[in-house]
Amino acid sequence: MAFTFAAFCYMLALLLTAALIFFAIWHIIAFDELKTDYKNPIDQCNTLNPLVLPEYLIHFFFCVMFFCAAEWLTLVLNLPLLAYHVWRYMSRPVMSCPGLYDPTTIMNADILAYCQKEGWCKLAFYLLSFFYYLYGMIYVLVSS
Amino acid sequence: MSTAGFNSQNGTGPGQAYSNGPSQNPVAIQQLPGVSYGMTHQPPYNPMQAKAPVAPGPGLYHSGYPPVSSYQPGPQLASYSTPPGQPLLTRPQIAGPPLHTPPQSASPSPGPRMPLAQATPPPPAVSSSSYYSNLQQPQPNAQPWQYNPVPAPMGTPPPPNSMSSPPRGPVANHLNPPSSSTAPPPPPSSSTAYSLPQQAYGSHSVTQPPGPGIPPTSLHGYNQPGVAPPPMNPAVSLSYSMVRPTYGPPPTGPPLSGPPPTMKPTPATGPPLANVIPPPLKADGTIAGNGPQSSNSYNHVDNKMGGLPPPGPPGRHLSHYPSLPPGYQNTAAPHKPTAPVHPAMQAAPQPYSQANQPYQQPHSGPGQAQLSPSLAALSLQSSSPEALRVVNLLQDRNLLPPTSVPAPTPCLPHDLQKVNCSPEVFRCTLTSIPQTQSLLNKAKMPLGLLLHPFKDLSQLPVVTSSTIVRCRSCRTYINPFVSFLDQRKWTCNLCYRVNDVPEEFMYNPVSRSYGEPHKRPEVQNATIEFIASSEYMLRPPQPAVYLFILDVSHNAVETGYLNVFCQSLLDNINALPGDSRTKIGFITFDSTIHFYNLQEGLSQPQMLIVSDIEDIFLPTPDSLLVNLNECKELVQDLLKSLPTLFEKTMETQSALGSALQAAFKLLSPTGGRMSVFQTQLPNLGVGALQSREDPNQRASAKDIQHLSPATDFYKKLALDCSGQHIAVDLFLLSSRYCDLASLGCISRYSAGSVHYYPSYHQQHNPAQVERFQKDLKRYLTRKIGFEAVMRIRCTKGLSIHTFHGNFFVRSTDLLSLPNVNPDAGFAVQMSIEENLNDMQVVSFQAALLYTSSKGERRIRVHTLCLPVVNSLSDIFAGADMQAMTGLLACMAVDRSVSASLSDARDALTNAAIDSLSSYRHSVLTIQQPGLLSPACLRLFPLYVLALLKQKAFRTGTSTRLDERVFAMCQLKYQPLAYAMLMIHPALYRIDDLTDEGALNINDRTIPQPRVLQLSAENLSTEAAFLMDAGTVMYLRVGKNCNPIFLNQVLGVPSYAAVPDNLYLLPELDTAESQRTRAFIGWLKDQRPFFPTLHVIRDESQLKPSFMQNLIEDRTESALSYYEFLLHLQQQISK
Repeated sequence: MAFTFAAFCYMLALLLTAALIFFAIWHIIAFDELKTDYKNPIDQCNTLNPLVLPEYLIHFFFCVMFFCAAEWLTLVLNLPLLAYHVWRYMSRPVMSCPGLYDPTTIMNADILAYCQKEGWCKLAFYLLSFFYYLYGMIYVLVSS
Repeated sequence: MSTAGFNSQNGTGPGQAYSNGPSQNPVAIQQLPGVSYGMTHQPPYNPMQAKAPVAPGPGLYHSGYPPVSSYQPGPQLASYSTPPGQPLLTRPQIAGPPLHTPPQSASPSPGPRMPLAQATPPPPAVSSSSYYSNLQQPQPNAQPWQYNPVPAPMGTPPPPNSMSSPPRGPVANHLNPPSSSTAPPPPPSSSTAYSLPQQAYGSHSVTQPPGPGIPPTSLHGYNQPGVAPPPMNPAVSLSYSMVRPTYGPPPTGPPLSGPPPTMKPTPATGPPLANVIPPPLKADGTIAGNGPQSSNSYNHVDNKMGGLPPPGPPGRHLSHYPSLPPGYQNTAAPHKPTAPVHPAMQAAPQPYSQANQPYQQPHSGPGQAQLSPSLAALSLQSSSPEALRVVNLLQDRNLLPPTSVPAPTPCLPHDLQKVNCSPEVFRCTLTSIPQTQSLLNKAKMPLGLLLHPFKDLSQLPVVTSSTIVRCRSCRTYINPFVSFLDQRKWTCNLCYRVNDVPEEFMYNPVSRSYGEPHKRPEVQNATIEFIASSEYMLRPPQPAVYLFILDVSHNAVETGYLNVFCQSLLDNINALPGDSRTKIGFITFDSTIHFYNLQEGLSQPQMLIVSDIEDIFLPTPDSLLVNLNECKELVQDLLKSLPTLFEKTMETQSALGSALQAAFKLLSPTGGRMSVFQTQLPNLGVGALQSREDPNQRASAKDIQHLSPATDFYKKLALDCSGQHIAVDLFLLSSRYCDLASLGCISRYSAGSVHYYPSYHQQHNPAQVERFQKDLKRYLTRKIGFEAVMRIRCTKGLSIHTFHGNFFVRSTDLLSLPNVNPDAGFAVQMSIEENLNDMQVVSFQAALLYTSSKGERRIRVHTLCLPVVNSLSDIFAGADMQAMTGLLACMAVDRSVSASLSDARDALTNAAIDSLSSYRHSVLTIQQPGLLSPACLRLFPLYVLALLKQKAFRTGTSTRLDERVFAMCQLKYQPLAYAMLMIHPALYRIDDLTDEGALNINDRTIPQPRVLQLSAENLSTEAAFLMDAGTVMYLRVGKNCNPIFLNQVLGVPSYAAVPDNLYLLPELDTAESQRTRAFIGWLKDQRPFFPTLHVIRDESQLKPSFMQNLIEDRTESALSYYEFLLHLQQQISK
């Protein structure tokens, strides 16, 4: 039992994933509010847009950490999401500020539904990966 | 009769009745000027409002309004709950309990019904999958055209479904056959209560046994005796057959007259209501309930029923309602072809009516309940066959009607249809709404609405009253399709909540009578305007404010538009809509921004130049926008001197972005309208753009790039403007590329309008100058609504998917429109979220809240009612090909911007393929060769082809990017009637106009030549043809044209003498000339903006644009109509 770099990565990822879970929950709530008319789309986009890049960066950050720690399996599990993030940000609408959401199109039923679905999927993914990191951390600690 | 009864009941006495009057409690304007934003709403503010369609202008952005919070103070609630009997009634309705059918029907019906929900495949989640399978959409979110999430399980509607429809029967209610002597045996439970009432008006009750027999016919209208069944798809027919047995033998009565059946139902319905309600006294009143009925009752009262009511022993109640139906019976010949009724509607009501009614009525909703089954059945026969007549497109070439294509009439009972909203204002792509999303997917046609909400109307009832009656839960405005349960209760036709009728509403200002809420103008007109009280304001109504932003760079001066603009404004300055508070201001710009101080007291306008365009500020914030009346002379001085002021300018740059920012600062305290005149690409400061067009790619058959904006500067500014109630109208006068795709955003999201005058030049292009002049006149003097919002509500189960037009979508059903003008159209895609199994009809309501130029807050409400059907053939019978084309065009524009142009073109083609193949495979039972289409869709493929060849979507033909983008804007923004001309121009032969079949309007005789197909084969060198393409008209003179025409109409001796630039017909004093000018003038009068007329010869420069409009012909880059049809056929038979 030793405290290796890999173990550190897992612990960090654990914490960061917890943060990401909050991001996802926030995202879901925000879109639900949009759908039920409680929020103005402009306000909502203004609050959501600044959170997009931090979320992506956090995820990217611990992917890099896993890469450095040579935790290949974990890295592979995260790659699809990483690729999705890159794709998603590349295909964002024309905007002058960071973010993904455009108040003029966000109320379109398709986009709204897509964003909600995206929120739920991410929440599920982060939750699962949270437990996976927990397991990974313990496993690394115990095995090394 | 009835009124007396009511009065007594109410006990309020006449005095009260009057109290309602306008005077009652005029709500003082609570709003303080300062209060604009937050949730300012005052106590009186209705809860609904929050959600209400009409959000107070300023409120646009305030964060969520908890709808409930503001809810009206107790009275309503209290009253609601109080009546002991009523609650009972209402509840069942809402709950929407399954109908109980009478024994006979019962076995089949109950089963089907309940199962229905389950049986039908759950509405497919609005999956991204577009029904255009062909399109490849990698991106999950990319698929806007959801309307047919095809993949969804398409199972043919289980027989039960079809059956289910009949049960709905509640519809039958209102009809009471006068003749019927005996009351139908009411089902025990329900009957008991209302039996009394029925008998009372026994006269109404139907003689016939409870309609078991009748229903069958109604189910599928076609089946009815005597009518040739149109080809139906197997599934349908099956269901039908099944149904029949259940119902039993056909009603004996029917042969005699349609009415009898109807009569039965009515009594039943009436009674149920009555039952619920307090037995003796009230009983009567209840019936009236159904909104539609109200109108009905009215009618029949007038017509025939007059006698009936009295019989209603207890004169008080029901009598009049029941009477309504009778009116029908008599007048509406069952066979009347005109009123098409849906089978679904007719279905079942009768048998069930008795038992069900107590329940059904409530939840079926007033509108539905009212429909008389019998009538429906009758009319249906006649109507549907024509719409569904099979047309082989490959063989029948002459499908164009001789004049314009009429909008289909929804299959509603006559009384409902009579009060329905005009198709010019409110139109649906499917005039029969499918019951489920899966059915809609199966039909593969788009479902959506097309609106022209602020259209100039010649007749518009305006209501001033202190209380605007609205549903308490969904905030729907009371409309002709609600149902009155009794004098004091009405059921909302969108959410089915039971509401109280306020005391004021009992008084009818039109007839000055009391106790007839169903005769109020609100309940008699589907289009109505209310003068809103201060509850509908978040700040005092703004004054009319106009700000003109003029490009004065060298390029602009060169075009000479300033002269025209200043002259037009001078001419119309007194006609600008407004009152004594009207404000006006001017900004000009080139590389700097020039403000004009027009403050009262100055001897002449003072120009203030701000050259710091990076950080714009207002030099004198108070005197730049001035009161028009007080400073009119200064304004006139300025307008006279402006054109000369910049004559010598050599400044070529354009800092449009900064000018807009300055204008925004200037207007943001009040809101208002900015009119921007721009002649070149903005190339300085914020919002600078670069040319993105590659002239070599104009004719490219590949994908067109740069259809989306290059920067979000204009969009963000537009959103800011929208928040401050500022609309930006853009006039683009340029021969060069201006990047309309980017610039247009400023208007698009601020609910402005875009006008484009390509190649505008005062000398070189007189036709454009004339058009600009006339357009300006219209623009300056047309009606305008400020700080507007529009909410579109629809019956529970339907939901809005996407909006099209110029606006900002503020929430799922609310559009923010800083300005609204009479030339703006909107389109809405709808989806069906919950099955509409229990409904006979659905309603849509568009409510537009705006501040008039006189500072009045007004609400214009349009309500459209449509039947619900459950068979594919009925859906096809109700298809509106023009509306579908308009909606598809909007969807295709979205698609070309979000995906690509070729994607959009594929989608358009697929739309035609899908609808026709669905028709072929699901509706037609006999497979014949050829490309078959129902008659109501016969022009659809032609329109789709026309769209593909339209400027917006064509490929392979040289099209400037700006013109393409402008065409796209217009398709989305124009009301359907004008958009259709852009898509499919009208071609007339006009050298042989005669007075035969001519219209007579204001003593002018207007010849009506036939509309010709857009094909060169119809052209001849010996004739003259007029092509009307919306914003432009071409008069093509053939080489060997009749010399009389040349002489008498064009005033030239020979073909060779026809001038090249002729854009006005000489006013000759000959019969031919008068006829021609009358006809062209009539065409021009039908649209708000001025179309230019070009007289062209074979060698004219404009000939190619004329020929491109001959869309049935083949061009080097596009298929001919016949080839296109063959392509469709090939795809369908795959």
